[in-house]
Amino acid sequence: MTTHASGDLGIHAAGLTKSYGDLRVLDGIDLAVPRGSVLALLGPNGAGKTTTVRILATLTAADSGTARVAGLDTVTERSRVRRLIALTGQFAAVDELRTGTETLHMMGRLAGLSPRAARARADELLARFGLTEAAGRTAKTYSGGMRRRLDLAASLVSRPEVLFLDEPTTGLDPRSRQDLWELVRELRTDGTTVLLTTQYLEEADRLADRVAVLADGRIAAEGTPAELKSRVAGHRLDLTLTTGAAYEALAPRAVHLAPDELTLGLPTDGTAAHVRALLDELDPDRTDIERFTLRSATLDDVFLALTGADR
Amino acid sequence: MTTLPVSAFALAGRSLRISSRRPDALIVALMLPVMLMLIFVYFFGGAIDTGTAYVTYVVPGAMLLCAGFGAASTAVSVSEDMTNGIIDRFRSLDVGAVPILAGHVAASVVRNLISTTLVLAVALAIGFRPQAGPTAFLGAAGLLLAYITAISWLAAALGLLAKSPEAAGGFTFLMMFLPYPSSAFVPIETMPGWLHGFADHQPLTPVIESLRALLLAQPAGDAPWIALTWCAGITAVAVTLAGALFRNRTR
Repeated sequence: MTTHASGDLGIHAAGLTKSYGDLRVLDGIDLAVPRGSVLALLGPNGAGKTTTVRILATLTAADSGTARVAGLDTVTERSRVRRLIALTGQFAAVDELRTGTETLHMMGRLAGLSPRAARARADELLARFGLTEAAGRTAKTYSGGMRRRLDLAASLVSRPEVLFLDEPTTGLDPRSRQDLWELVRELRTDGTTVLLTTQYLEEADRLADRVAVLADGRIAAEGTPAELKSRVAGHRLDLTLTTGAAYEALAPRAVHLAPDELTLGLPTDGTAAHVRALLDELDPDRTDIERFTLRSATLDDVFLALTGADR
Repeated sequence: MTTLPVSAFALAGRSLRISSRRPDALIVALMLPVMLMLIFVYFFGGAIDTGTAYVTYVVPGAMLLCAGFGAASTAVSVSEDMTNGIIDRFRSLDVGAVPILAGHVAASVVRNLISTTLVLAVALAIGFRPQAGPTAFLGAAGLLLAYITAISWLAAALGLLAKSPEAAGGFTFLMMFLPYPSSAFVPIETMPGWLHGFADHQPLTPVIESLRALLLAQPAGDAPWIALTWCAGITAVAVTLAGALFRNRTR
């Protein structure tokens, strides 16, 4: 893990553990997120992503370990931390029966703005999030993407230094997802530290300065998206096989499986010599492999290789 | 940063605005107590001998019944907030249990004052004639306010106790049932003997007896003090319970 003076870190966690009954959800989490950067916490369902976010956002206490957010201890300086952070959860936490303006205005009042300042901040955020036209309608009439945008806007009313986004794009259509990515990039440009959790590797790849892969309550790997990708062989040879038997025979060696298409992927360095040798080794009679494609490794491959998920 | 009253006020406003946009719930909350009062007065009242016109007898009970319905919706709202993620949004803004629950209770009190006023207005239209002077009237209003505050806090605590809004709605049945074994609709003497002990000493009876005495300018005895003690006790227990439940739910 990179070393930083803790003043440069937006988020710094050391040795966080959490159990619910016998279930050990977090088993020693260390994180260091420089101020003004984006960290993606990547992991399958149940890996402990939400628990990590809730501890860092002061909503849940860890069993052991320490966490500092915006330079402050999340337990002993909880109130001060809360004034510097914002959280957008997995489900849009906006009142369906209130309008966009009403929601943002109230958030402003709760954040300590005067009525006039809260009104101005609400209008500003509505405009920035493309909700001006819908501002006077109740959120019940909004699309899923609009609700998420309103939810994110609500969390930004207080101009947080550190923003936690728990699966911010789950369930969104591609267009809304793109919009949300753009907003996160803007926040980063403004100097906000962002920790987002995601199951989507593409999302981590596109948005994050660094990625931490969470599996079974531990950080299985941490680095820039490029570093993580280079940890697996770098390329993947996808083979489409002629028979189910041939597919089954090779499946144990694969890092990518698509049984419906009788296609599987194997790691390779991408050189002609290695690809040729691999094809000869796997299919000496030249009957089993119908086609092949060579692809750059994606974070999916990293993820599967590191977490053993899906196998 | 933000002061407690500002947060509670903003949250009470939120709660009231949401209620005003649930026309179905609003109509039920306003119409049901009125309907029940009309049913008692016109369907049952003729058969019940209370020594006065039945409408005169039943108004205090109808007002408390009405407050019970209002409190039920408070329990459901609190439970909804606890289960749909909005609570985390408030907590991450450093808005704590006190303003969140006080906001719900304040909204509940406002809703209930509106619906009990409506009940009173309908009662006046169908022949209820209070004899109260200004002091007694203010006393009755104050006691009603104390009662509504007490059951609103109780409803908030039940909302925190329930695991889902549906369960919260179920819990409040108790509050809606409580007026029946009291002097709300029939004199307690007409009930079977084994019920007297409960009916005489449950909290609603002194509240109802006090309201009746104050509104009709009759001697109230020590009923108002017993009633106020009950209200204060229920409020204290409910506030403590709600605080503990909130901490437990958000651990």
